[in-house]
Amino acid sequence: MADETMDLTLRVWRQNGPDDKGRFEEYAAEGISPHSSFLEMLDQVNERLIHQGKEPIAFDSDCREGICGTCGFVVNGQAHGPEPATTVCQLHMRNFSDGDTITIEPWRAKAFPVIKDLVVDREAFDRIISAGGYVSVGTGPKPDANAVKVPKPISDKAFDSAACIGCGACVAACPNAAASLFTGAKITHLALLPQGRPERGQRVKNMVHQMEEEGFGNCSNIGECEAVCPKEISVSNIAKMKREYLRALFTDS
Amino acid sequence: MTTLDPNVPDGPLHKKWDNRREELKLVAPNNKKKHNIIVVGTGLAGASAAATLGELGYNVKSFCIQDSPRRAHSIAAQGGINATKNYPNDGDSIWRLFYDTIKGGDFRSRESNTYRLAQVAGNIIDQAVAQGVPFAREYGGELANRSFGGAQVSRTFYARGQTGQQLLLGAYQALQRQVERGKVQMYPRREMLDLVVVDGKARGIITRNLVTGEMERHAGDAVVLCSGGYGRVYFLSTNAFNSNATAAWRCHKRGAMFANPCYVQIHPTCIPQSGDYQSKLTLMSESLRNDGRVWVPKNKEDCSKPPEQIPEEDRDYYLERRYPAFGNLVPRDVASRNAKYVCDEGRSVGRGGARAVYLDFRDAIEEQGREAIKDKYGNLFHMYEKITDEDPYEVPMRIYPAVHYTMGGLWVDYNLMSNLDGLFVAGEANFSDHGANRLGASALMQGLADGYFIVPHTVGDYLARHRPDPMRPDHNKFDQCEEETRQHIQKMMDVGKNGSRTVIEIYRELGKLMYDKVGVSRTKEGLEEAREEIRELRDQFWNDVKIPGEADNYNKMLEVAGRLADFLELAEVMAMDASEREESCGCHFREEYQSDDGEAARNDDEFTNVFAWDYKDEGEWEKHVEDLEFENVELSTRSYK
Ligand SMILES: Cc1cc2nc3c(=O)[nH]c(=O)nc-3n(C[C@H](O)[C@H](O)[C@H](O)COP(=O)(O)OP(=O)(O)OC[C@H]3O[C@@H](n4cnc5c(N)ncnc54)[C@H](O)[C@@H]3O)c2cc1C
Ligand code: FES
Repeated sequence: MADETMDLTLRVWRQNGPDDKGRFEEYAAEGISPHSSFLEMLDQVNERLIHQGKEPIAFDSDCREGICGTCGFVVNGQAHGPEPATTVCQLHMRNFSDGDTITIEPWRAKAFPVIKDLVVDREAFDRIISAGGYVSVGTGPKPDANAVKVPKPISDKAFDSAACIGCGACVAACPNAAASLFTGAKITHLALLPQGRPERGQRVKNMVHQMEEEGFGNCSNIGECEAVCPKEISVSNIAKMKREYLRALFTDS
Repeated sequence: MTTLDPNVPDGPLHKKWDNRREELKLVAPNNKKKHNIIVVGTGLAGASAAATLGELGYNVKSFCIQDSPRRAHSIAAQGGINATKNYPNDGDSIWRLFYDTIKGGDFRSRESNTYRLAQVAGNIIDQAVAQGVPFAREYGGELANRSFGGAQVSRTFYARGQTGQQLLLGAYQALQRQVERGKVQMYPRREMLDLVVVDGKARGIITRNLVTGEMERHAGDAVVLCSGGYGRVYFLSTNAFNSNATAAWRCHKRGAMFANPCYVQIHPTCIPQSGDYQSKLTLMSESLRNDGRVWVPKNKEDCSKPPEQIPEEDRDYYLERRYPAFGNLVPRDVASRNAKYVCDEGRSVGRGGARAVYLDFRDAIEEQGREAIKDKYGNLFHMYEKITDEDPYEVPMRIYPAVHYTMGGLWVDYNLMSNLDGLFVAGEANFSDHGANRLGASALMQGLADGYFIVPHTVGDYLARHRPDPMRPDHNKFDQCEEETRQHIQKMMDVGKNGSRTVIEIYRELGKLMYDKVGVSRTKEGLEEAREEIRELRDQFWNDVKIPGEADNYNKMLEVAGRLADFLELAEVMAMDASEREESCGCHFREEYQSDDGEAARNDDEFTNVFAWDYKDEGEWEKHVEDLEFENVELSTRSYK
C-alpha cells in the first residue's frame, strides 16, 4: 500500500535561549506520510536541516506514547494541536492536509521560561509538588494494603485526578497562565483518599502558596485548561481545590 | 577467567535475607548526615532509592536526563506489578512467585536474589497504598488483582493501563518530599558521562548540564546507578527516546563488569513499523492474545490481499498449529520467534512492505459479541486505531515483535553492589533477578524492591564497613575524568563538523543490524558478521558522523551521538556474549541449539552460569563466570506443545 504523502509549510518559533527575542521561521516539510506522528514529521524536517548544515528545531520528547508529559507545544494556536485528548507525540499527520501551513510555538508563560525554540523550563511544577503534593510516609513496614478499604467510586475519582502527566498544556492554554488545573488535580487526588486526609489542610495551603510564588496567574474559570488537557482532567479539580482551601482557612489554625 | 563470588548469605533460602539484614552494619544516626550519596536515575529504582536514603538521613544528590524526575521511562509501564499477597486466595505464595520467576527466566538467574524479590514484593504494595497510589479496586473497596502473562494465579496489581505512571508518581512524590526537607538535591537535565574511581572505589561522577553544556563534578561516598536498560541499542523499541546505556557503559569502562548482555526480551505484540521515519514502537498489552488469533496467509501471493478475502482454508494459524496445548498463549519469546519465521518465509502482512502478522478478533467478536470485547480491550483498540487508522473491530490488527526489556546489565552481588566497591546498581540497569527472560509485571516489582527495601540497607552497610574518607571534587581523579569526558565530546564535535551521515542514519543502521543478527533468533555466523559490521559502523561514526550545533548549549543530537557512540561498543559485547553462549535459553535462541521439533535447547552442563565481561580495551573483553547454584529447584524443560 503506497500511501499518499503530503507537503506542508511550517512556521516555527526559533529562540536561542531565554534572553533571545525569538522569531518565526519558515520550513518546508515535504513527502510526509499521514501515518507519521507530529514529532516524527519534525524529526524528518530536522534530518534535512542537519544535512543542509543548519541547526535542527529543538523540542523535547521522551516516551512518545502520551504518558510522560515531556512533549508539548502549541500547534496552530492550540496546545498539543487539534485532536482532543491527545499529546503532540500521539498526534498523527492524518489530521492535516496536503498544502497546509502549520504554526508551531512553545508554551508561553512567565513561569515557564524558554530554554531553546520549543523547549521550556517547567521546574516550577516540581516545586509545587515539593511544597506538599505527597503523603508524608516514610519507607518501611506499613499496614496491610487492604487494611483500609477505599470505595471503588472514590478510588476511581482519585485515579482520574492522578492521571495528570504534568505537561503544562493547561498553563499554556490559560489566558492568565494559571497552574490551577495541575495543582488542583494533585490536591484532589490526595484529598479524596483516606491516606491523604490527615495533611489535606496544610497541603492545599502550601501548594497554592507555592503556585503564586512561581508567578502563575489566577484562575478566572475560563475552562481552556480542561479543553486542551490530553488526559481530560476536569475543571472540577479546580473547584475542589478552592473548596479545600476555604476549608483549610476555617478549620486549621 | 575468574569465578565471581556473589556474596550470598548463609542459611536456608527463606532465611537468607533475614540473616543478611542481621549481619549488616549500621551507620549511626549522627553520622548519616556526614555521607553524600549519588543516585543516578529517577525511574522506579532511582526515585525510591533516593527518597529512602534521604529519609534515612544521608545527603543525596539525584540525577536524571529528563526535565523532571517524574518523566523517567518507568512512567510508561502499563500492565501491572506482581506481589504475593494472595488476596484472591488462589494458592499464591512467595515460593510460587519465586519459582515462576526462576522458571520463566529459564534457570539462568540467581536463586537467592529471586527469592528475596518475591519476599519483599508484598511490602511494595503496602508502601504504595500508604503513599496514595490509586490501584484498581473491587466494589467492596479492596484491591483488585488480575492474572498476567499466562500466570496461573492472579497476583498482578494495576492502576488501569497506567501502573508505571502511578507507582512512579508515588516514588517521585516521596522524592520531592525529601527535596523539600533538604535531604535530596535534585539535578534534572543532567547526563552522567563518567564514573570517578579513586583507589578502586566509586567516589563520584561527571555530568553534563544538558541546557548549558557545562561539565560538573559530584563527589560522594557511594554511587547508586539506576539508569535503566539498554533496549535502545536496537534504535526501534518500546523504550523511551532518551533511554540509553551510557551511564552503565561508562561504569563498565571504569571497571564494572557487564553481565549477560545478550539477554534481550522481544515483546510479540507491538504495533509494527509503518515507515522509515518511525522513531519508536508502541506496545499493545499481551492480554490481547487471550482472545485474538494470530495468523498469516498460507500462500505468499495472498499477502497483499485484504484479509477478509482470504478464505479460512488459506489461513495459517501457525501458533495454534505448532503449539496445540498453549496456542496463541505461548510465552513471549516463542511467539516472537515464530512471527519472525513466517515473515522470513515471505508471508508478512505489513503495510508498505513492513513486517507484520495478523492478530484477529473476528472469531472472538462472533462468539462473545462486540460489547464483551469492547469491555475487555476498548482502550487498547482505541489506541491501536489512533495510531494506525485501522479499526480492529472490522479488520485484524497487525502486530510485530519489538525490543522491550534487557535482562542483562551490570553485574552485582547479593547486596546489589558491582565488582567495584561503592558502586551499587538497581532496577533494569543490573542483571540479577530475571535470568534469560523476564515475566510480565516483574520489572516494576524489582525496581521498587531494589530501591525501597534493599539498596538503602546495603549501602549503609558498605559505608559502615569502609568508612570512606571525605572526598572533594578537586581531587586529581576528577580533573582527569572531566578532561577525558571533555575530549570525548570535542572529538565527536570535530568529526561532526564535516561528517556526512547524520547520527540518526547511523543509529538506524545499527538498530537494523542488531535486530537482524542479534535479535529474536541468532546463529554463530550471523553473530560473527554482526561483530564485523558493528566495528565498521563504529569506524564510520568516528570518521563521518554529522553533528549540528555547538557543545555549549541544548543540543539534542550531540546527546544522542554520545549515546550512540556507547551503543556502538556495547553492541559488540552483546554479539560476543550471544556467540559464546552456545545454547538456547529464554530469550536467547541460537538456531544451532534446538530440539528436533524446533524448540530451545539449554545446555545445563556447560552454561548454568552468568557471563560477566570485563572491559580491557576497545573491542576487547575478558570473560568471567559466576556459577549458578540451584539448591532448591530442579532444572526442568519448558514445553508448550
Ligand atoms: C511500554 C512499556 C511497558 C512496560 N510495562 C511494564 C509492566 O506492565 N510491568 C512491569 O513490571 N514492567 C513493565 N515494563 C518494564 C519497566 O517499565 C522497566 O523495566 C522499569 O520501569 C525500569 O525502571 P528503572 O528505574 O530501572 O529505569 P528507568 O525508569 O528507565 O529510569 C532510568 C532513569 O535513569 C536516568 N538516566 C539514564 N541514563 C542517565 C545518565 N547517563 N545520566 C543521568 N541520568 C540517567 C533517566 O533519566 C531515568 O531517570 C514496561 C516497559 C515498557 C517500555
Ligand atoms: S513524549 Fe511523552 S507524552 Fe509526549
